[in-house]
Amino acid sequence: MNIIVCIKQVPDTNEVKIDPKTGTLIREGVPTIMNHDDKHALIEAVKIKNKVGGKITVLSMGPPQAQEVLREALALGADDAVLISDRAFAGSDTWATSNAIGSAIKAIGDYDLLLFGRQAIDGDTAQVGPQTAEFLGVPQITYAQKIEVEEGKIKVERQMEDGYEVIECKLPCLVTCISEINEIEYPSLRGIKQAHREKEVNVMSAEDIKVDKSLIGLLNSPTSVHKSFTPSAKGQGQILKGSAKEVAKKVVSLLKEKELMGAF
Amino acid sequence: MNFDFTPEQLAIKKMISEFADSEVKPYAAEFDQECKFPVEPIKKLSKLGVMGMSIPEKYGGAELDNISQTIIMDELSRVCASTSVTMGAHVSLCCFPLINYGTEDQKKKFLPKLASGEYLGAFALTEPAAGSDAVNVQTTAIRDGDEYIINGNKIFITNGGKADLVNFVATTDKGKKHNGLSIFTIETKDLKGFSLGKKEDKLGLRGSNTQELIFQDMSVPKENLVGGIEGKGFKISMGVFNSGRIGIGVQGVGIAQGAFDECIKYVQEREQFGRKLHKFQAIQFMLSEMATKIDAARLLCLRAADLKDKGRNYIKAAAMAKYYGSDVAMEVTRQAIQIHGGYGYMKDYPLERFYRDAKITEIYEGTTEVQKLVVAMALMGKTIG
Amino acid sequence: MVKVKISINCPESQLNLGGIVLMRGNDFEDVPDMPEIKQAIDNGYLEVLKEEKKDEVKGVKEGEEVVVFAEQRDGKISRVVFELLGKAQELAAKLNVKTAAILFTDKDNGLSKELIAYGADKVYLFENDLLKNYQTDLYTKVISEHLNNINAQVVIYGATHIGRDIGPRVAQRITTGLTADCTGLDITEEGLLLQTRPAFGGNLMAQILCKKHKPQMSTARPGVFKMLEKDESRVGEIVNVDVNVSEADQKVKILDIIKGVKKKVNLDGAEIIVSGGRGLGKQEGFKLIEELASLLGAEIGASRATVDSGWIDKDHQVGQTGKTVRPKLYIAIGISGAIQHKAGMQDSDLIIAINKDASAPIFEVADYGIVGDLFKVVPELIEQLKQ
Repeated sequence: MNIIVCIKQVPDTNEVKIDPKTGTLIREGVPTIMNHDDKHALIEAVKIKNKVGGKITVLSMGPPQAQEVLREALALGADDAVLISDRAFAGSDTWATSNAIGSAIKAIGDYDLLLFGRQAIDGDTAQVGPQTAEFLGVPQITYAQKIEVEEGKIKVERQMEDGYEVIECKLPCLVTCISEINEIEYPSLRGIKQAHREKEVNVMSAEDIKVDKSLIGLLNSPTSVHKSFTPSAKGQGQILKGSAKEVAKKVVSLLKEKELMGAF
Repeated sequence: MNFDFTPEQLAIKKMISEFADSEVKPYAAEFDQECKFPVEPIKKLSKLGVMGMSIPEKYGGAELDNISQTIIMDELSRVCASTSVTMGAHVSLCCFPLINYGTEDQKKKFLPKLASGEYLGAFALTEPAAGSDAVNVQTTAIRDGDEYIINGNKIFITNGGKADLVNFVATTDKGKKHNGLSIFTIETKDLKGFSLGKKEDKLGLRGSNTQELIFQDMSVPKENLVGGIEGKGFKISMGVFNSGRIGIGVQGVGIAQGAFDECIKYVQEREQFGRKLHKFQAIQFMLSEMATKIDAARLLCLRAADLKDKGRNYIKAAAMAKYYGSDVAMEVTRQAIQIHGGYGYMKDYPLERFYRDAKITEIYEGTTEVQKLVVAMALMGKTIG
Repeated sequence: MVKVKISINCPESQLNLGGIVLMRGNDFEDVPDMPEIKQAIDNGYLEVLKEEKKDEVKGVKEGEEVVVFAEQRDGKISRVVFELLGKAQELAAKLNVKTAAILFTDKDNGLSKELIAYGADKVYLFENDLLKNYQTDLYTKVISEHLNNINAQVVIYGATHIGRDIGPRVAQRITTGLTADCTGLDITEEGLLLQTRPAFGGNLMAQILCKKHKPQMSTARPGVFKMLEKDESRVGEIVNVDVNVSEADQKVKILDIIKGVKKKVNLDGAEIIVSGGRGLGKQEGFKLIEELASLLGAEIGASRATVDSGWIDKDHQVGQTGKTVRPKLYIAIGISGAIQHKAGMQDSDLIIAINKDASAPIFEVADYGIVGDLFKVVPELIEQLKQ
């Protein structure tokens, strides 16, 4: 089975700090990592490959330094790695990104299954997967918590807020994976050695993947960032006074107001 | 002189660091407080190939260079010295005789299982009367036809009570003194004449298993004499310790690093007299000294590993690395508790564990005193006799 | 001066005419009447666009609407839809347009009336058995075709599993901008939708505009916007729209729908965490935590002390050596708030702490603190929530 896994190198947003003086994000020195959901998607691909055989190509769009996560992906079991890197992609919103990724997938060639992580922890949109599926004209299944591979098709458990659906889909198709799909694994020492000594990261430009330039980049993106700011920090809280009954009442009305009373 | 790691070494460092933080660190306190053997971490390390990191690829190992091995020991010790010594005793001590002196048959038979982690290994030299004075081994191996009959006991053996395979030192010819020692390999399962003795209750490394091995008319086939020639035992043992020394030095560095990392966090959170601790010069000086010492100790270990990778004589370098690394471990863990004040003394915080774990690095695999002798000999142009 | 765009007939996706660079997909206003431009127009490479008449009339602009996708499950409208209708009314008022809802269902059964009661001026009703349950391909086809036929200014979806599945697909199909998981929606002076959303794991708020494409689309976070009071007397128009789908349009097979399954402990993804500490006294104390958590649909967290004491599994531990969490709501019960615990939860959106010790460090990070006996307060809370 030919699987293409899309991954992204992201800043570790758990390590991001706010500059107390300017109230802006301190982006320097923030370690970069492979996006968690994408890693789960890759590990799932390796599981599938171990079961039914095939080839895994891992794909990413980013600056040259994104080669690091592609190298990590090779160490985790991917066979080939492609980085599409070009100034023309800069400033792309999710629509433009999906056009680039979709074009790259077309350039890579045959595929049976496209695996994406559900959501990246910097953009937090969860949009590139479905938009790429639409660009390529393949069916999509999002929020996958389990994938079973059968001849020419897959059976996927799609998580919903209150349970899950079981969906069957013919290949090729695109699936976005959530972190519950499998346990995190680490690249083995053998995997790391192979990734650094035997495998390659192939860097391609916008020219190479023959993407229509009017579909990518900052100026062609339908959405643009107008402004960004940091949310206000946590100040001193207030102590609720009163009897148990009274404070409980206050808490319940607070929860009602903020609509934090659980399900749908 | 290149002070940077290669991309491959960096990738190994990243992997083992993340592994250590996620899969070992959360359980380190439990291993220590309940004297629990780190079963899960060792299982997972096996899967990653770490338990076979010193074994050549043709026998199923990862065949890592010594710098990479040093990195791994460093990162694991940073979070749990009990786990790192369990791994280290297997990788550096037990595997060494077979890798470097084993016959092809012995390598084929034992190394793959050690590499995969199917077997946990131990190396048994120490006896009640033979500590620093390694030659004074009393365990006898008497040839009887196609076997050797072994009688004696070994104490303080790391992984002793859990090992599937033990490489031990016995005397095959008492008259020949250090030329009369030999090393044998045993598989412990259902082995007649092999039994376990006292399990030690230790100050630190309380998750690591330290136990007595008892050999009573235990018969070992002659094929299991490591290298096939009697009398090489002392030379092999010295090789084991010279090589393992770097690992212990960096274990000390790792323990110190773990304690130091806690301090960096603490001094940015704790406030007294209206200021965070890191604003006080006394604290700043302490942190600077600790950081410098850790760096220096680590560099000594890496230098020794580099010499070893290049196939050059690393005996003096390894001895320096071991004694300085353990020195730094003692100093830094002591200061780390001090920086935490009362909290440092409480088991809620890991500092007291780092402090207790550090001590053994000055003692095992050659005491600090022995290391200094080794360095002195090298300075005077002699090797230890 | 003309307003042009590159027409379908042009073989290039980019034209350089007398130094002016034009790219396909964009409209170019105020292009000077140069010979090169005229030539391109004559060739059919450039299409002249009619200038939009600036509306002098203050009255409601007909046809342009603020549309809400009325997500329906099992014959019930999802709660978030009513929240979005409230917001839609506010946006529509600023834009001088009306609100509308798009409803897919097999049978209306009063759902349209309900949408009107909560703020929809119009309901586009798509009644068809094939639309009973959400399915990506069918819904995408119908919504996309409909949006191409109407003149919606804005379309908002709830940022639910359905909304975040359908939104991007539609946006790509009709080529427009989509902003995910918005926590703020407003109208700028220029009449554009100002979309505010969290990014960088919630460390940064970004304001997004979709300047050149219509409709401007967003998925919006549930539990943020306010519903209007249900007003059954509200009047609205229900428009029955022909549904143009067949089973062949469906690219996947839904084999089964399974509800109400308890997932394993997932502190990372939890929106609400109820956490217990040593103040619970003993293992049985967690029963209170469990009851409260189940009423709120929350995950259960625990301090290290309780895990060490064996009262609860390590999977639930929050803190430096456990998990770091950032739920929307963190309720700390009987937890003192040692540094290593605070480190694991202090970035939660809303923190409520209950502890009998007024000097407990947990109150330093709590938004609301209750100094009291948890064994009195928590049962009261449970009682009142049950009502």
